[in-house]
Amino acid sequence: MEAEGRVPGPTLPPAGGGGPEPLAGSPGVARAPPLTAPAEVLEFDDEEDDLEVFSKDPSLAEANSFSPSMPISPSSMINQYKFEDEPELKDLFITVDDPESHITAIETFITYRVVTKPLPEKFVMKGMVERFSDEFIETRRKALHKFLNRIADHPTLTFNEDFKIFLTAQAWELSSHKKQGPGLLSRMGQTVRAVASSVRGGVKNRPEMFTEMNDYVETFSHKINVLDKIAHRIYKEEREYFNEMKEYGPIHTLWSASEEDIADSLKGVASCIDKCCKATEKRMAGLSENLLPIIHEYVLYSEILMGVLKRRDQIQSELDSKVDALANKKADKDLFSEEIGKLEDKVECANNALKADWDRWKQNMQYDMRSAFTSVADNNLRYYEEVIGIVFHGPLFVAFGHFTTFWLLVTVTEKKPQKRQMNYLPWHTVEWLLNPEEGRGGREKSPEQKNESDQKPHETSVEERKPVVTPMGTDSYKWL
Amino acid sequence: MEDCLAKKMEITVSEAEKRTGRNAMNMQETYTAYLIETRAIESQNEGQCSPVDSLWRRYSEFELLRNYLLVTYPHIVVPPLPEKRADFVWHKLSADNMDPDFVERRRIGLENFLLRVASHPVLCQDKVFYSFLTQEGGWKEMVNETGFQLKADSRLKALNATFRVKNPDKRFTELKHYGDELQSVISHLLRVRARVADRLYGVYKVHGNYGRVFSEWSAIEKEMGDGLQSAGHHMDVYAASIDDILEEEEHYADQLKEYLFYAEALRAVCRKHELMQYDLEMAAQDLTSKKQQCEELATGTVRTFSLKGMTSKLFGQETPEQREAKIKVLEEQIQEGEEQLKSKNLEGRDFVKSAWADIERFKEQKNHDLKEALISYAVMQISMCKKSHGLSPGIRQQWLRGAWCWGPKEELQGSADEQRLHT
Repeated sequence: MEAEGRVPGPTLPPAGGGGPEPLAGSPGVARAPPLTAPAEVLEFDDEEDDLEVFSKDPSLAEANSFSPSMPISPSSMINQYKFEDEPELKDLFITVDDPESHITAIETFITYRVVTKPLPEKFVMKGMVERFSDEFIETRRKALHKFLNRIADHPTLTFNEDFKIFLTAQAWELSSHKKQGPGLLSRMGQTVRAVASSVRGGVKNRPEMFTEMNDYVETFSHKINVLDKIAHRIYKEEREYFNEMKEYGPIHTLWSASEEDIADSLKGVASCIDKCCKATEKRMAGLSENLLPIIHEYVLYSEILMGVLKRRDQIQSELDSKVDALANKKADKDLFSEEIGKLEDKVECANNALKADWDRWKQNMQYDMRSAFTSVADNNLRYYEEVIGIVFHGPLFVAFGHFTTFWLLVTVTEKKPQKRQMNYLPWHTVEWLLNPEEGRGGREKSPEQKNESDQKPHETSVEERKPVVTPMGTDSYKWL
Repeated sequence: MEDCLAKKMEITVSEAEKRTGRNAMNMQETYTAYLIETRAIESQNEGQCSPVDSLWRRYSEFELLRNYLLVTYPHIVVPPLPEKRADFVWHKLSADNMDPDFVERRRIGLENFLLRVASHPVLCQDKVFYSFLTQEGGWKEMVNETGFQLKADSRLKALNATFRVKNPDKRFTELKHYGDELQSVISHLLRVRARVADRLYGVYKVHGNYGRVFSEWSAIEKEMGDGLQSAGHHMDVYAASIDDILEEEEHYADQLKEYLFYAEALRAVCRKHELMQYDLEMAAQDLTSKKQQCEELATGTVRTFSLKGMTSKLFGQETPEQREAKIKVLEEQIQEGEEQLKSKNLEGRDFVKSAWADIERFKEQKNHDLKEALISYAVMQISMCKKSHGLSPGIRQQWLRGAWCWGPKEELQGSADEQRLHT
């Protein structure tokens, strides 16, 4: 069941986490008891017919209509994954059906060395109920979709027999096939051994290229983890900001109830703030859809990369130890030579496979990072444009009249206060408003206005508050 | 507004300075002194500058001035001073009175106070105010000599009146409620605004961390390196931009705070009315009872239970002479009482009239100021968005820089979007 932990190693899906379960043919076994068990759940457990119906229904909404907080049995959920995944995947795959005869020989290599894409992590959260929320299902569906697509795109993995079977077999076939391959635990054992051996001592004859790779991966891993933390922190802060903003608008509405003349203006401000709140929500959604998953994926990737490099080292060290043994004449020469020959081949194949895949991975990484951050920047652009639109066309200005607003601002600026005084509009925002079409920088200033900007009031007693991000120690990130 | 001082004289609070001195208990203390500069406004002729007079005052002297005005002009909504201690602080602002930002904002608030008083048709003509602006030495003594502190109503008396008054002018009662509501809603607004500012600050500052990571990351990348570096730089700029944004917002908060404190001034006027009305009612009541006593004595009937009635029953009636004497006294008192009542009545009516006139003036000022503040707040938001929006294309640009090698997937819609951004 889903009790298995996340599998970081390169073993393929059938043994990996989140794999599809056998259909509800054996509901008694498949179901995990929900942590929160309202009375309604028990009812459902008894009516297997209803369960079957729900499990075939891909729309989650209906299932939840009975009781929004009721967790549906995991087996039915898994089926929903399958149902939703299949139609999409079938459209995109072209080459899966091409079985290559040399698959079996390469297969063992594949499972050891080539980088496999990280599986979306299992959702570890407080309540089981949350695992079945619409949002989460959707996110996971997308991630799994991406996962399978990546494998499909990979030049080597795409031909993998297991993969083909995963996509085409019925659920019951899959479980039998699963039992054929070497068990998950034995594969995990190999990973553990590999890690252990590299811990014992580095590989002696590691080619420089792989040392560089190792260094890169270590640094990259550190950076991407920090990025992950930053991105999550930003999301959290935005969420808090949004929560506070929700309260901000209604206060103005409350105030407008005590006023007469300015009631409309206050209501205008309230409605603007509320609209900006929605814009903020959209922005946050963009962040969590575009950036967070990708960064997280690469966090997992970096772990996988470390594993792969270690495994390569392990193979190499096997070779090295055999060579050493031969040199010390500890065993039968001929037997060893043959073994050494095989190992040398293995090492060479591994190195080549890794090198090729490395370049490919780097390209992918750059592309992914770029598109993720670009889309965040786009998102922000849209957000700011939207807010400007909301405020400018909001009731406050409209009631006042745009033209009148400009006129008022112009008359105010004529006073040109040397030092800032109360109840005057900030001069530089006014200046901007008078030149709305010019972007920042490259603004044509009249000589008068130029003097203004040079004389921006700034008491010498006021300290410059520098942003707190200054490189200090290695781990002194601010606000994390 | 025709003859108010503000038209004749330019008033500024131009500087603030930290001082140390000895206070009343001969202990060392630090305080801030503010420089008040005044200059007579000449009718618009070229370059003719009259000399600038200046003197230093500290906050406590401003307070003294205001207290004097409060007592001397109880029917006026007296402009408030900026807050004594920093309130509604959010994360970044320090609550320390010596903090330069706080001092600066206070300087502006004090100047605003003086300008408000100088433009008030009644207050600007006050001599004490004028010498506050112009007379360096001896001003404190002068104020105290007016004896205004003695004229001040005791708080207790005022509270008592508020509870016991029977017939206050309805308009004042409504106004008092309005003052309460205004105070409560503005406090709430300022509190939430402070929290929002705190959060916004957090969002921007965390972005600054990107700058550092990108810069470190760029060290291990070849193709991506340059892009990462500049993206990091843009993040730093973005993170720093919040400081200016929030400083602007503080001025908006200060405008609201002024009206928060104005609400208290409003309530003070209402309280004064209640006090006067209560006084009036008490005087009338007193008069009535005296008249009654007189009548009883004159006619010898005891209409209501009274101590007199009791004692006379117990100890026997008093002699006619005694009674006559008492009646005489009472009649005198009644006469006094009636005159007092008349004058109190007049006072009360005058008060109501002039207070209400000032309240109307205040209402107009408030509506105008608050509307302008709200609009300027909206403009500020636009400006802030424009600023941040201006940064985003730069950030975006770095990610699309051509130095990168393209991935195996199709190219991003970079070019189309870029064109959109630069039009």
